[in-house]
Amino acid sequence: MSFDAQTVQMLAVGTLETLYMIFASAVMAYVIGLPLGVILVVTDKDGIRPMPVVNQILGFIINILRSIPFIILLIMILPITRAIAGTTIGVNATVVPLVASAAPYIARMIESALKEVDAGVIEAAKSMGASTWQIIYKVLLPESVPVNLMGAAITVTTILGYTAMTGFTGGGGLGGIAVNYGYYRYETVIMLVSVVLLIVIVQIIQAAGVKLSRKCDKRIR
Amino acid sequence: MSERNTIIELSHLGKEFQGKDAKVRALRDINLKIEAGEIFGIIGLSGAGKSTLVRCINFLETPTEGDVIFDGRSLKSLTEKELREARRSMGMIFQQFNLLAQRNVLKNISFPLEIAGVPKKQALERAKELLEIVGLSDKARSYPSQLSGGQKQRVAIARALAGNPKVLLCDEATSALDPNTTNSILQLLKEINQKYGITIIIITHEMKVVEAVCDRVAIIDQSQIAECGPVSEVFHNPKSQIGRHFILGDALKEISFDNQLFYRIIFDGLEATEPVIAKMALACKFPVNIAYASTKRIGDKAVGQMVIQVPERDEDRQKVVRFLETERIPYEEVEGNEF
Repeated sequence: MSFDAQTVQMLAVGTLETLYMIFASAVMAYVIGLPLGVILVVTDKDGIRPMPVVNQILGFIINILRSIPFIILLIMILPITRAIAGTTIGVNATVVPLVASAAPYIARMIESALKEVDAGVIEAAKSMGASTWQIIYKVLLPESVPVNLMGAAITVTTILGYTAMTGFTGGGGLGGIAVNYGYYRYETVIMLVSVVLLIVIVQIIQAAGVKLSRKCDKRIR
Repeated sequence: MSERNTIIELSHLGKEFQGKDAKVRALRDINLKIEAGEIFGIIGLSGAGKSTLVRCINFLETPTEGDVIFDGRSLKSLTEKELREARRSMGMIFQQFNLLAQRNVLKNISFPLEIAGVPKKQALERAKELLEIVGLSDKARSYPSQLSGGQKQRVAIARALAGNPKVLLCDEATSALDPNTTNSILQLLKEINQKYGITIIIITHEMKVVEAVCDRVAIIDQSQIAECGPVSEVFHNPKSQIGRHFILGDALKEISFDNQLFYRIIFDGLEATEPVIAKMALACKFPVNIAYASTKRIGDKAVGQMVIQVPERDEDRQKVVRFLETERIPYEEVEGNEF
C-alpha cells in the first residue's frame, strides 16, 4: 500500500483515461442521441411533422435501452463491443457500451429540452414560411442551447459514473483502478483517492456546464 | 372602397377539429372579402373561432372546408413549398409576441429574411431600416427579455414587415398590453397601413381596437360571421345581438337591465353638440333617466351613444319616440334579457 511515484503515475494515467472515455463516448453518444431526440420531438403527435408510428417505435427502442441496467448492458453487448472495437478490454472497448447507454439517455434529454421551446415561437416561424428543417436548426436547437448545456453536464457526469463500472469488465481509467486495487486487493487508500479524483471531475464538469449555460442564456437579465 | 381589389377572399371556409369523443366545429361557412389596403377587424368573444380563422387565412391551420384565395391564388391548391412562399407575403404578429429569446432584436427582425435565403448582410441592413420605422433603433443589440411588452410588439411588427408582405395578420396583438401601449401600437399599425399600403387584418375581442383603426369589421359568433360591414355602419345599426353586445360594451357592465326597456340613441356630428336630452325633457314634459353615455372616435368622426331608460307608460313612450323621430336621431330598443 505504498504511495510511490509509480502509483501516482498510475492514478494520473487513470484520470486521463477516464477523461478520454467520457469525452469520446459523450461526443459519439451526442452524434447518435441528438438526432434521435430531434426526431422524437418532430414526429410527436403535436410536433411539427407528426409521424406517430416512427415516434412510437423509436420511443419503444429507447425505453428498452434505458431500462437495462448499465452493468448488465455492459456484459450483454460484449460480442458487439468485440465486433466494433476488436477487443472487450481497455479504454477504447469501454466506449462502445458507454455510447450504447448514453445515446438513448441523451435522446430523452434533448427531447425534453426541445419540448420546452415556446410553441408560439415555432408557430411564428411557420407563419414566416420556415420549413421543418429550418424550424429545427434555426429555432428548436438554438433556442434550447442553455437547457441542452445543462443537460450535457448531467449526461457527462452520468457517463463518468458508468466508466467506473466498466472497471469490472476490464475497462481502464479511475474506475478500473478503484475496482482492481480497492475492491480486489483491499487497497482502500488507492480506492479512496480514485473516488476523490472522480468527485473532482464531476464538480468541475457540473460547474462548467452551469456557468456556460448561464452565459449563453439570454432569457434571464 | 368598392374600387379596391380583393386581396383575400374566404369562401365557404369551415374548420372542424377532431376532439376526444366528437368532432368540434370551430368555423362554419365563413365568407369574407378583404380589400387591398384596408384595415379589417375581426371581433369575437373568446371561443368564437377568431384565432382559428386567422390561422386558416395563412393555412397554419388547414381548413376542412372551403378555400382561401390570396392575391388571386387558391391556397388549397398550393404545394407545401408554394404555401411556405405564399406565407412570406403575409406577416403575422401575436398576442405573446413570440420573439426568439436567444436572438437579439436585430437578428429577430432579420430572421424571416434568413429563412427566405436573403444574404446575411442585406438582411441585417433591412432589419436596421425596419427598426427605425418602429422607432427602436437604440435597441438593436438588446435581447427580448430586456424589452417591455410594447417594445417587443414593435420588434414583432418589424419582423413581420421584413419580407415586404402584402398583408399583416394581427392575432390579439394588443391584448397583452396596457391601454397606452395599445394605442401606440394601433397608431403604428395605422401608420404602416397608410404609408406602405399594407392590408391589415386585426383579430380582437375589444371593440375599442376596432373603433380606433379599422375600416370594416366582421363580427364572429359561435363559429359564424354574425355581421360584417363598415365600422360606423355596424356601430350605428348593429344587426345582430352579438353586434349590439360589442357596441354597448361598457354600458353592459354599468347598467343592470333587469328586463327593462331602454333606448340606445346614437349621435354623430352635429347632434353631439346639441342638448338633445334637455330638449327631450322639455318636449316630453318629464325627466329622462340616462343609464349610460359615452363618446368615441370612429375613423375620424366623433360618435356618441347614450342609453336612456324608457318610460313605463305607453303614452310617455310614444312621446319619446315621436321626439326622436322628428329630431332624426337614430335609436333602437335594447332589452335587458337579450344579454
